[in-house]
Amino acid sequence: MGDWMTVTDPGLPAESKTVSQYTSEKKMSPSSLYSQQVLCSSIPLSKNVHSFFSAFCTEENIEQSISYLDQELTTFGFPSLYEEPKSKEKKRELNIVAVLNCMNELLVLQRKNLLAQENVETQNLKLGSDMDHLQNCYAKLKEQLETSRREMIGLQERDRQLQCKNKNLHQLLKNEKDEVQKLQNIIASRATQYNHDMKRKEREYNKLKERLHQLVMNKKDKKIAMDVLNYVGRADGKRGSWRTGKTEARNEDEMYKILLNDYEYRQKQILMENADLKKVLQQMKKEMISLLSPQKKKPRERAEDSTGNVISDIEEDAGELSRESVWDLSCETVREQLTNSIRKQWRILKSHVEKLDNQVSKVHVEGFNNEDVISRQDHEQETEKLELEIQHCKEMIKTQQQLLQQQLTTACDDDTTSLLQDCYLLEEKERLKEEWSLFKEQKKNFERERRSFTEAAIRLGLERKAFEEERASWLKQQFLTMTTFDQQSSESVKLFSAFSGSSDPDNLTVPSRPRQKKPHSMSNGSPVCTSKLTQSLPASPCTSDFCQTARSCTSEHSSINVLNITPEETKPNQVGRECTNQKWSMASRPGSREGCYSGYSLTYTSSHVEKDDLP
Amino acid sequence: MNFSEVFKLSSLLCRFSPNGKYLASCVQYRLVVREVSTLQILQLYTCLDQVQHIEWSADSLFILCAMYKRGVVQVWSLEQPEWHCKIDEGSAGLVASCWSPDGRHILNTTEFHLRITVWSLCTKSVSYIKYPKACQQGISFTRDGRYLALAERRDCRDYVSVFVCNDWQLLRHFNTDTQDLVGIEWAPNGCVLAVWDSCLEYKVLLYSLDGRLLSSYCAYEWSLGIKSVAWSPSSQFLAVGSYDGKVRLLNHVTWKVITEFAHPAALSDPKIVVYKEAKKSPQPGLDHLAFPPSLPVANHLSAAESKYEIASMPVSLQTLKPVADRANPRMGVGMLAFSPDSCFLATRNDNIPNAVWVWDIRKLRLFVVLEQLSPVRAFRWDPQQPRLAICTGGSKVYLWSPAGCLSVQVPGEGDFPVLSLCWHLSGDSLALLSKDHFCLCFLETKEGVSPALGQRDGHA
Repeated sequence: MGDWMTVTDPGLPAESKTVSQYTSEKKMSPSSLYSQQVLCSSIPLSKNVHSFFSAFCTEENIEQSISYLDQELTTFGFPSLYEEPKSKEKKRELNIVAVLNCMNELLVLQRKNLLAQENVETQNLKLGSDMDHLQNCYAKLKEQLETSRREMIGLQERDRQLQCKNKNLHQLLKNEKDEVQKLQNIIASRATQYNHDMKRKEREYNKLKERLHQLVMNKKDKKIAMDVLNYVGRADGKRGSWRTGKTEARNEDEMYKILLNDYEYRQKQILMENADLKKVLQQMKKEMISLLSPQKKKPRERAEDSTGNVISDIEEDAGELSRESVWDLSCETVREQLTNSIRKQWRILKSHVEKLDNQVSKVHVEGFNNEDVISRQDHEQETEKLELEIQHCKEMIKTQQQLLQQQLTTACDDDTTSLLQDCYLLEEKERLKEEWSLFKEQKKNFERERRSFTEAAIRLGLERKAFEEERASWLKQQFLTMTTFDQQSSESVKLFSAFSGSSDPDNLTVPSRPRQKKPHSMSNGSPVCTSKLTQSLPASPCTSDFCQTARSCTSEHSSINVLNITPEETKPNQVGRECTNQKWSMASRPGSREGCYSGYSLTYTSSHVEKDDLP
Repeated sequence: MNFSEVFKLSSLLCRFSPNGKYLASCVQYRLVVREVSTLQILQLYTCLDQVQHIEWSADSLFILCAMYKRGVVQVWSLEQPEWHCKIDEGSAGLVASCWSPDGRHILNTTEFHLRITVWSLCTKSVSYIKYPKACQQGISFTRDGRYLALAERRDCRDYVSVFVCNDWQLLRHFNTDTQDLVGIEWAPNGCVLAVWDSCLEYKVLLYSLDGRLLSSYCAYEWSLGIKSVAWSPSSQFLAVGSYDGKVRLLNHVTWKVITEFAHPAALSDPKIVVYKEAKKSPQPGLDHLAFPPSLPVANHLSAAESKYEIASMPVSLQTLKPVADRANPRMGVGMLAFSPDSCFLATRNDNIPNAVWVWDIRKLRLFVVLEQLSPVRAFRWDPQQPRLAICTGGSKVYLWSPAGCLSVQVPGEGDFPVLSLCWHLSGDSLALLSKDHFCLCFLETKEGVSPALGQRDGHA
């Protein structure tokens, strides 16, 4: 067939013809066609098509072939090739038009068929490729299936193995546990056995010991002896006492006494510890209250704040708890109250701190918006914060002081402490020197004071004399008029009070005086103090002490000043000396210098005024 | 720091008198008593044989010299050199001898612990105490000298007898719940007695003076238990060192464990200071160049100068693998000592033999670790302050205080391997004992150049 196809390919109509011919021939005369076909097939392929066509229609069989074609065509539904016979006898004639029409139709048909064939072929190809693809897919999937199946089998195998292992391990564990149990039992049994044997041996040993003891003792070993020159007295000087029931009782008594003492000592210690802890608690409480109390106004201002009422509770509590009697009560009675109040305060503190944090963050956010204008609130917050900080710092300083003092008191041989001590000694010496000079100055002042006092006394005596005289005159007058006396006496009282009050304005200037500072005093006074402040913290109690003494001195100075009313004492240079005395208590507060100057000048002038007035 | 000249010594017998004035030392059969301040020989006594043990009486008037081999104890008086006393235990033998706290009685333990003989120097009386237990620490006197606790063994059970030292009357006698008691010790306040079991069983029992059991404590079972026990001088804590390399602190209120101090070989906490002893490499060009150039001799480790360096964290300490198949394995906390102010505890874990651990009791944590070049032989606290002296068998003595630490070479020609040391009562001097010599080491007093301590070789 393939051969055929290739051979007939060049001429498509011819091929169709051959096909049709082939089929018709089969129908018509298979035998004859068979021979023809054999012939055809037998002829060599190189022979042209004509020779083959000629095989179907020859000169001789035109009629036959036409009729055959006609027949064939009619069976296919084509109009007959022959014209309609007019008569029955008349021979049918070939209708050319019909033949041509037929041929055209056949050609059209052929074309259609070809198209269809083409379509079918492409479709076939497509399907073929589809088929291939599907086959590939199928193969792949099959492969996948196979692999997954294999995998599954593998996993199952592993699972099985693991289970097996697990089982084994379980078994092993069980075995081990059993083993441990067994070993423990063995150990225990061995231990008991060992103990038993030991006991047996010990008993034997004891028997032996007993025996040996008897032997050693019974032998009256002359060697066992003490050879001593003379017996010495007891360490406590007492004689040994006989053993009696009394001594036994006394021993018991003593033992119990010792035990009792120990317990008492321990109880005391515990009590002390308790008291200390209570103190700490109280202090903490106080501090908390003091810390929280400045805040209490603000939360109340903010209506929605819920802490306000709690704070009022705290205030009550504080009032109650600050009383010493409450603290001396046993813990049981106060415990609940205490814990509650502490808890409350703690809550408030916490909320407060949180609030502060919030505010701080807010301030941070807002800070960029209005940098120039600081709101009052912010200002207040800031001050609060600073106060807190100051408190912190104070506490820190306090603890540091304590620590350092502790270190000093423990007096270990540490190099540093001894060094520090040296430092302290030096510092102290310096301080003492300064104090000494101050005291000298004071002494002088006191002497001056005394003098002024005597003078004042003299004056007073004079005044009294005058008063006496006056009184005499008044008495004289009283004799004359009884009513006037009362008035005069009340007036005299008033006069006295006015006199005593006159010193007040002077006193008022005093508080500003310690802050005075002469510009030139900086050179010698301030370095000492600043060095003190910076060098070491433990020195600060001393400096604070010192400030106190200085302050007391200044107050004394003020009294001096009052008494300086007497004319001869108020020399300007003396005032200046006073100031030099005071200068170094101010060195620690350099910030307040300017105000002090004014204070100074004020007092200075006032003293001048007094001086002018009084003579 | 100054050193005295070197004196002869045998069997490490060198003791300061309790009043701190005298120093007794033994050379073979001679007992030498010196004055501590001048080191002049005050008395010289000759004993019958080589002395094996000496002990001062509590009033520093008498010295006891025990010659165990002969079973003889000789007592010498410091006030009356011609006075003599010889106690012969005869065939009963002698294994231990000690003074009673009053300094007028001597307690002799006979061989095989058959009995304890109490000899009186005041009267002719002799008392016997039977059934003393042969154990590590079977006799304990209270610090005030009033009571004696004695471990006993009767009918295979442990007992403790409490005697009144005044007249040797039995005050209490009670059975202790122990398998094999090995030690007893009174708390410094004399009211609580700690009793511990042998290392086979971890067990500490605490008894009141009147024999009541206050508490018992067991940390673990099966493995080896307690190795060392120490009371804090304040009687507040009982430190128990055990074979698991831990120290457990019991408190005196509930008698429960406050804390456990483990001794790990690897340290990483940056708060801990680790001082590492390091050989000082001789610096050529400096003026302390030794004139005879030091030769690399065999014992050059002990001869070379050393200093402390602060090791940076993490530190791993040298450990010793304990031999498992031997008895008394070298592991666990074998040495324990509280500082006199109860603020520090020094320990040694025997499988890290080169290190001394100092624990801060106030903070209950490790404070300092000193790692030496060789195994620590002994350490002792200064009786006056928190200052620890350590010796390692080399010719150096090491001092630690919270301010720092330093290593000091014992001067003098030849090697001076310090095997043991003991402090003078005042903490001003320290006796360093070697195998057959001893010398005194004078530390500067507080007024002197004491800052040198801790700075000389201390903090780097």
